[in-house]
Amino acid sequence: MNIVVCLKQVPDTESQIKIAPDGRSIVTDNIKWVMNPYDEYAVEEGLRLKEKFGGEVTIIGVGPKRVTESIRTALAMGADRGILVDDPAVADTDPLSTARVLKAVINDLDSDIILCGKQGVDGDYGLVGSSLAELLSIPQISVVVKLEVSADGSTVRAHREVEGGIFVIESPLPVLITAQKGLNEPRYASLPGIMKAKKKPLDVKTLADLGLDPSEVGADAAKIKIMQITPPGQRKPGKVVEGETPQEKAANLARLLHEEAKVI
Amino acid sequence: MAQGIWIIAEQREGELRKISFELVSEGRRLADKMGQSVTAILLGSHIKGKAAVLGKYGADKVIVADDERLATYTTDAYVSVLSQLTRASEPAIILLSATVQGKDMSGRLAARLGVGMAQDCVAFSIENSNLIARRPIYAGKAYATVTFEESWPQIATGRPNVFELNEPDDSRPVEVIGAEFNLDDSQFKTKIIESIQEAGGKVDLTEAERIVSGGRGMKGPENYVILEELADLIGATVGASRSAVDAGWRPHSDQVGQTGKVVSPNLYIACGISGAIQHLAGMGTSKYTVAVNKDPDAPIFQKADYGVVGDLFEVVPALIEEIKKIL
Repeated sequence: MNIVVCLKQVPDTESQIKIAPDGRSIVTDNIKWVMNPYDEYAVEEGLRLKEKFGGEVTIIGVGPKRVTESIRTALAMGADRGILVDDPAVADTDPLSTARVLKAVINDLDSDIILCGKQGVDGDYGLVGSSLAELLSIPQISVVVKLEVSADGSTVRAHREVEGGIFVIESPLPVLITAQKGLNEPRYASLPGIMKAKKKPLDVKTLADLGLDPSEVGADAAKIKIMQITPPGQRKPGKVVEGETPQEKAANLARLLHEEAKVI
Repeated sequence: MAQGIWIIAEQREGELRKISFELVSEGRRLADKMGQSVTAILLGSHIKGKAAVLGKYGADKVIVADDERLATYTTDAYVSVLSQLTRASEPAIILLSATVQGKDMSGRLAARLGVGMAQDCVAFSIENSNLIARRPIYAGKAYATVTFEESWPQIATGRPNVFELNEPDDSRPVEVIGAEFNLDDSQFKTKIIESIQEAGGKVDLTEAERIVSGGRGMKGPENYVILEELADLIGATVGASRSAVDAGWRPHSDQVGQTGKVVSPNLYIACGISGAIQHLAGMGTSKYTVAVNKDPDAPIFQKADYGVVGDLFEVVPALIEEIKKIL
């Protein structure tokens, strides 16, 4: 079974986000870059499928050189090889163009299952998975918390999380799955895994290597442009609810919620 | 020239969801600025009777795609119908709900049409007949203002509980018409095997008006019973911090924060939650926030409108009694 996992590198969720002087990007100086948390579930699920059905897990990333660290992490977890598309032209592009780049890589791979995180926790678009499935003309099942592949490897049955419930959806392969928290518990890379990962193939490609032109997928091709990034609105300072005892504090809080905020 | 604003209404089991009325209301405000019309699109089975109510919130017209194969959402069928309708009528703007369904559909639709798409927006405006969208990034640690580069339709999803509802106007005229489309289901690959509803039929966190949330300070899964009691009393949904979920006390679907759900209720009561940055990002747009925590230096107090420094195991039961007196 050929398994592809699309991986993004994002600022760690504990990061403070500071806006750069240009007002359209963020300050990246002190950012700790990590594998997108939802992609960890995608990598883990890919490895579990490989353990059951055999085959190969290929990790694909798009971004600058530092993304190789996150791809190496996935290789240390047990993936077989990595491909990074590193080209200055795709630095400021949009999700649809990113999907076009991924498609160009995946075209050569004859993949059975493509796994993505349900969204990157940076731009929060959540669009690459469904855009990629559309470009590849294969079905998508998004926000998946449980995945079963039939014994003959021909169909998947996925539990898709919706508001207040679960839809169980069946699809033939090839299929694109986007991973939600709860799909699995991602493993940690072992020390031998980390050593082995250093010898696993990690190809770096440019757009030209993929036969793509920056005018098709670069910043100029982006259909969405960020005009401005602003901090969240400052909240007005809150009140400390007074009281000598927990009962007094509770009574004052109930009164404030009822009379002042009018939310109860 | 592309004209008009389309709202893709969302129904589940034949009932329209509140976000559909919120988006029709917002669509009306935008359309009035552009001097254009609002059309709601409703897909479902035996759904025509639900169409007219969308007019009360501001839709001039409702196009109904009624077919048994559209009873429940599938990516294949819904995107097929919507792309056909869009190509036939060329709307300028399409708004969908930023729900699991809307997010699944919008990306695929935009890719099929080859146009831009802004996900999970919290504000819209119009400049020279172009849509400007404001959307949280990094789960709300910052906001991006985005524009669409001279491509139509301009597609965006709007977050539930954010856009103000218009006062329903029973006297507004609305035209309800049937949609023309082909549905070739031999091309459809996915099928729904089963729909499992969560017990209790609780309102989902992303749609809840009120949330009572517990963190590590709850000390164990058994203690959430006091939060559930408070939640039942005020009609709230129970949420949890990441540490509580990672400890296995609550299911991951309860998690509020950057790798959980981003919520915007009227009232968010955080109990025993210190306020890690990824949690604050996920609940920062709540209208009123209450924090109950023993540690007066906990970061959650920076985000709280009302902060109670105290033991939640004393404060919450007392609060339940006090609210009972008011209600």
